[in-house]
Amino acid sequence: YRRERSLALRSSSSALYNNLAVLCPPARPPAFGAVHGTTLSLLGNEGPPRQLQARGGGSALSTPLLTQAAWCELPSRVLLVLTSQRGVQMYESDGSTMVFWHALDVPEHPAAHSVFARGIAAAGGHFVCVGTSCGAVLVFDIPPKGTNVTLSEVLEQHRDPITDIAAEQGQAPDGAGDLVTADDSGTLCLWSTGEEFTLLGKIPGSGSTCSSVRLWNGVVAAGYGNGQIRLWEAGSGRIRAQVSAHARWIYALDLAPLTGKLLSGAEDSFVHVWKLSRNPDTDDIEIQHCHAECVTDTQVCGARFCDPAGDTFAVTGYDLSEILCYGPA
Amino acid sequence: MSARTLPLLFLNLGGEMLYILDQRLRAQSIPGEKARKDEWTDVDRKRVMNDIISTMFNKKFMEELFKPQDLYSKKALRAVYDRLAHASIMRLNQASMDKLYDLMTMAFKYQVLLCPRPRDILLVTFNHLDAIKDFISDSPGILNQVDETFRLLIETYNCLSDGEFQLIRQTLLTFFQDMHIRVSIFLKDKVQNSNGRFVLPISGPVPWGTEVPGLIRIFNHKGVEVKRAEFTTAGNYVTPQREGSFELYGDRVLKLGTNMYSVTRPVETHMSGSSKNLASQAKENIVPNPFAKEELNFLARLLGGLDIQKPAGGETGFRLNLFTTDEEEEHAAQTRPEELSYKVISIEATQEPGRRAELSRILGELEVAEPRPGSAEKGEDLLALMDGL
Repeated sequence: YRRERSLALRSSSSALYNNLAVLCPPARPPAFGAVHGTTLSLLGNEGPPRQLQARGGGSALSTPLLTQAAWCELPSRVLLVLTSQRGVQMYESDGSTMVFWHALDVPEHPAAHSVFARGIAAAGGHFVCVGTSCGAVLVFDIPPKGTNVTLSEVLEQHRDPITDIAAEQGQAPDGAGDLVTADDSGTLCLWSTGEEFTLLGKIPGSGSTCSSVRLWNGVVAAGYGNGQIRLWEAGSGRIRAQVSAHARWIYALDLAPLTGKLLSGAEDSFVHVWKLSRNPDTDDIEIQHCHAECVTDTQVCGARFCDPAGDTFAVTGYDLSEILCYGPA
Repeated sequence: MSARTLPLLFLNLGGEMLYILDQRLRAQSIPGEKARKDEWTDVDRKRVMNDIISTMFNKKFMEELFKPQDLYSKKALRAVYDRLAHASIMRLNQASMDKLYDLMTMAFKYQVLLCPRPRDILLVTFNHLDAIKDFISDSPGILNQVDETFRLLIETYNCLSDGEFQLIRQTLLTFFQDMHIRVSIFLKDKVQNSNGRFVLPISGPVPWGTEVPGLIRIFNHKGVEVKRAEFTTAGNYVTPQREGSFELYGDRVLKLGTNMYSVTRPVETHMSGSSKNLASQAKENIVPNPFAKEELNFLARLLGGLDIQKPAGGETGFRLNLFTTDEEEEHAAQTRPEELSYKVISIEATQEPGRRAELSRILGELEVAEPRPGSAEKGEDLLALMDGL
């Protein structure tokens, strides 16, 4: 890999987990989104760069802060979902129209425990899952067209704020589940999606926050606050690999489903590319290091592949007003 | 986003402010016997430090501070420090106050960024408090106030999880976003680049609880380790020796938050509108009323509980200059880039009739003291003289 162009952002990126959204439409250049405080900067779509605001001030004077943004690609449509201190906003994929707004229960006076939504994933063909700071995961049923989004279920298995949610990007082996949710304590829950979501397994945390998670061919890739990447077998809940990957808190993970490449970005200024594979004889899950990039003097907060094979990727950093793009050497 | 961020922000910024004021006061002080009536002495310096510290650690004020609440706007917080800096006989012009606030904020931003673990922000806070206790070591009453706050900190924060600390850290980083003011002492020490961004080292000890990067371990389906591999990167990390202490007394290990100023190292900033994104800063100014009701309550408590220091009789307000000369201070005031002006605003009273009377009285005291035209500015000519030495 080598560094290619940089895309200028109107505002710098905030220090938030998974702070880079990428949409890769087939045969078109990718679109990007990065959160800065109360706004989401969108780039790369047809038309000029756009900014979306967090919604819902209520009695407070200040606009609420956004926590995350992600495109949810469903078979019928693509939605752009934003999570904030107040709730969940869903837009058409170019950010032009708001499709749906869900308000969280926010107490009148700030309580010791913060309230916010965080963690976004498309799942099960027609659902969008969003996590909350109380540990609940909201499951929204998305119609193929229009604004009639309904809250289908609330999953209550986590006791700590949700950090990230990921759906199976490849082929799940039997019994492995197709959704994983992660929280501040490092606990991972595995689900099978459907009209009713079923909990298949729980991997307890071991003292370190899981800030980012991916699921591919029944393998959970999780990034932690102590700089480790762990690979878990989704079906059995067993650990299959442990990597001392970064010297600081991991902020972002991404996976390229065609090749099994894994991208990790952390506060230590490094972005690493790894390769996941399955040993056909032993059935062991293996991970190799492929490439390292140091983004000088920057704490990386978002990292995503820009194509399904993982030949290109993009990175955002705290206080950086650009999206850095990397391509084949 | 975390409702527990304000105490940490306030105490650490306050600590930095005290380091800077102490350094400036020492740099400008004359030995007691030789000093004229209008010159700074060691006794004056100690008095200023004592007054400010005892105001900062006022019991009711601390109770209010530790209640879960959102962070204040930059303007509201600036107003609090304005008031604090004037809690004694010392006076600061707008330009000096601006510079003081710039230095405070950039120093703490640096500390938050470089903290190895989010939890280490607490160690940084303890470093500040340890130093503050040193400043007032011969005043047992104030020492007690500081110890009380120390206990409150331990009680509130020691039990928080790493995830909650990271949320606090992210809240602080949002507050400091896009601030790239260049500070001479940072530039000289090469911890800040000429574009205002901090140098993030990729070597040194890893945080406590993190392993040095490089090891890959593979386990089979029974959980038995079957393979090890290594990878290398440009980083040059080592294992840390020990963890800092989170007790009332102890070796903090971490150096962030200790006093980096000394009498021989002047405090300077370079004013540069180095941030390209003025849009993000301009947005803050659009907020119609920068003071929420809670902030007014907070400020009222701070001010209401004070004995306003009125210079008595012949004793006039002592002016402290953060710059080397008065001309420099004047020049700085005139050339400060628009986007970096703090625009200290007078508070508008709330609608509640009960509060109005109380607040109107207090508001009168809030405006930053402009140099009173009649009174002789302490040390004005003397500053020029001293700088010539």
